[in-house]
Amino acid sequence: MSMEHWIVAPIIIPALIGPLMVLTMRHDASLQRIAGLASAVALVGITVALLVAASNGDVESYELGSWPAPFGIVLVLDRLSALMITLTAVLGLVILAYASATGWDQRGRNFHALFQFQLMGLFGAMLTGDIFNLFVFFEILLIASYGLMTHAGGRMRLRSGVQYVIFNLAGSTLFLFALGTLYAVFGSLNMADLAERAVLLPEGDEALVRVTAALLLLVFVLKGALLPLHFWLPNTYALAPAPVAALFAVMTKVGAYTVIRVYTLIFPDTLPAMNGLVADVLMPAALLTLAVGMIGVLGGRTLARIVSFAAIGSMGTLFLAVSTFQEAGISAALYYTVHSTLAGASLFLIVDQVRARRGNSALAGQAAMPGTGLISVLFFAAAIAAAGMPPLSGFIGKLLVLDAIRAQDWWVWGWGFVLATSLIAVVGFARAGSALFWKPHDAKAPPPDGFQIVPGSTSGWALGVLGVMLGLIVALTVFAGPVTRYTQSTAAQLFNSVEYIHAVMGTPAERIARAAAEAEALAAYNDAHAPAHGTADTDADTDADHGTTATQEGH
Amino acid sequence: MELLVAISIGAMTAAGVYLMLRLRTFPVVLGLSMLSYAVNVFIFASGRLVVDAPPVIGAADTMTDPLPQALVLTAIVISFGMTALVVILSLSSYLNAGTDVINIEKPGEQPETGR
Repeated sequence: MSMEHWIVAPIIIPALIGPLMVLTMRHDASLQRIAGLASAVALVGITVALLVAASNGDVESYELGSWPAPFGIVLVLDRLSALMITLTAVLGLVILAYASATGWDQRGRNFHALFQFQLMGLFGAMLTGDIFNLFVFFEILLIASYGLMTHAGGRMRLRSGVQYVIFNLAGSTLFLFALGTLYAVFGSLNMADLAERAVLLPEGDEALVRVTAALLLLVFVLKGALLPLHFWLPNTYALAPAPVAALFAVMTKVGAYTVIRVYTLIFPDTLPAMNGLVADVLMPAALLTLAVGMIGVLGGRTLARIVSFAAIGSMGTLFLAVSTFQEAGISAALYYTVHSTLAGASLFLIVDQVRARRGNSALAGQAAMPGTGLISVLFFAAAIAAAGMPPLSGFIGKLLVLDAIRAQDWWVWGWGFVLATSLIAVVGFARAGSALFWKPHDAKAPPPDGFQIVPGSTSGWALGVLGVMLGLIVALTVFAGPVTRYTQSTAAQLFNSVEYIHAVMGTPAERIARAAAEAEALAAYNDAHAPAHGTADTDADTDADHGTTATQEGH
Repeated sequence: MELLVAISIGAMTAAGVYLMLRLRTFPVVLGLSMLSYAVNVFIFASGRLVVDAPPVIGAADTMTDPLPQALVLTAIVISFGMTALVVILSLSSYLNAGTDVINIEKPGEQPETGR
């Protein structure tokens, strides 16, 4: 079966289910829940099928409305986008199940519809082959995330929501400035077309190319929470509803995805204008991000903030591997992406369980919470994964990253930071765990004002879903072989960008055939229409038409 | 004309950045609006400035690039929606928290109330 039309399904399905929920299921909470979960299950099925289809190495380009590239918008399925959408769909399903099991989805309105729009934006951003369309999907996923972030309301949550929205609106404006510059310099917005044009730009445009690349990098690393653009993250993640924060674990990875995509395809290091610009900036920033993140793990006063800083630290490790811009580095970065998404999301779900049982996640003496033993075991496993200790996938991920940066001349710095920050993270997580679960509890301390365990928020279903999440980390560890083989071939495909370009723009033979067919169609059109309105004016018009077509083909 | 457009984009951007740095919701929303005006004109100019030319092939001797106009429309719609959203969110935050300061001095924790 041809997968052709299925490429657009991950965007269409949530785009239809979301409005349907708002319009027809407003008053029926359980119907919303069923529709949301059914959509999430279908999306997992479709994305896995797309992953299987992409794993044979073909790049599939889907022209929306059959407008040929570069004039229309294309969706592109290659190994990288297939991996990212599968990760998103699996994470989305698990988190939606968790939110339904704990009743989080009923603590405010329109949770399920916003969740569908969030998934739609994420899938769109990962699949699109048009950089302005990437902006549009960024906005979709952001608008949905604003709603999810302030879900269930509350004083602190609304305040941090304002921060988050304003920060991202400033980022969106910057993105538009970057796109304006890009279009002014390149005259195209299709990523494959841009990649072809970048090589052909005259030497005088080098400075403009560098400005564009730097502006885009700022926008992407803002999403990816790289230092010094990380400071929106701790408040947002710590104050958002914890299941939403768990879903946001994949949002920072969108930043990493776009960096990998754009700086291997459009602005690769081989481009003379780039001259190592991106790698030179990314590497030190990644080292500092790693340090700040893990020191934050050590210094945080609530488990929620500790986990948020762990998310920043993991982005540091990820960008460090990316900054090599070599096959081994990108491959390690992709494995680490999957791992850190799952580990970060698990930790946020554990934060939710801690809060549901004791009213907050502050590392302070408080009466013992019910079910301490079980939660502490789950926390122990997730913390081991997040800190990069054996035997879980974090260890394999860090090992791959260390191995990948060995060939760089700055490897000593990389190894030093990764190993030292791992130790700091271990100490930080141990401190948090012992303060929350182990330290003799202050039985006399009163529970926080008016706190009562909400029925259902600590249900067995919720713990079951949490178990599934940790099971995914175990699976990633056990199947590290097949996964790394896939990420290696993904990295190889990324550095052979001619495959991507040919899939979108056509191979040279296809282009010649298309140009010939267009010329023939134009001649037929002229023949058919010239006698009907055979005035001198029309002749001038068709001449002008012909001239433009010729210039477009000439690019 | 290029100089005039460049100066106005620069002035609006400067005003927008200044207002954003005031760190209270009302000036920041105004600043964001200024920035989005600036970027809209900027995108418009990215197709090169041409006077008296329609964005239609063959309708006149010269034509202007129609794509930036389509991009600007998209950008205007999005920034319009975003401004509406940030205004509503700022209002509800102000009414809930009793302050319009954007900085959170002591980020504690959202207390778990169960609703």
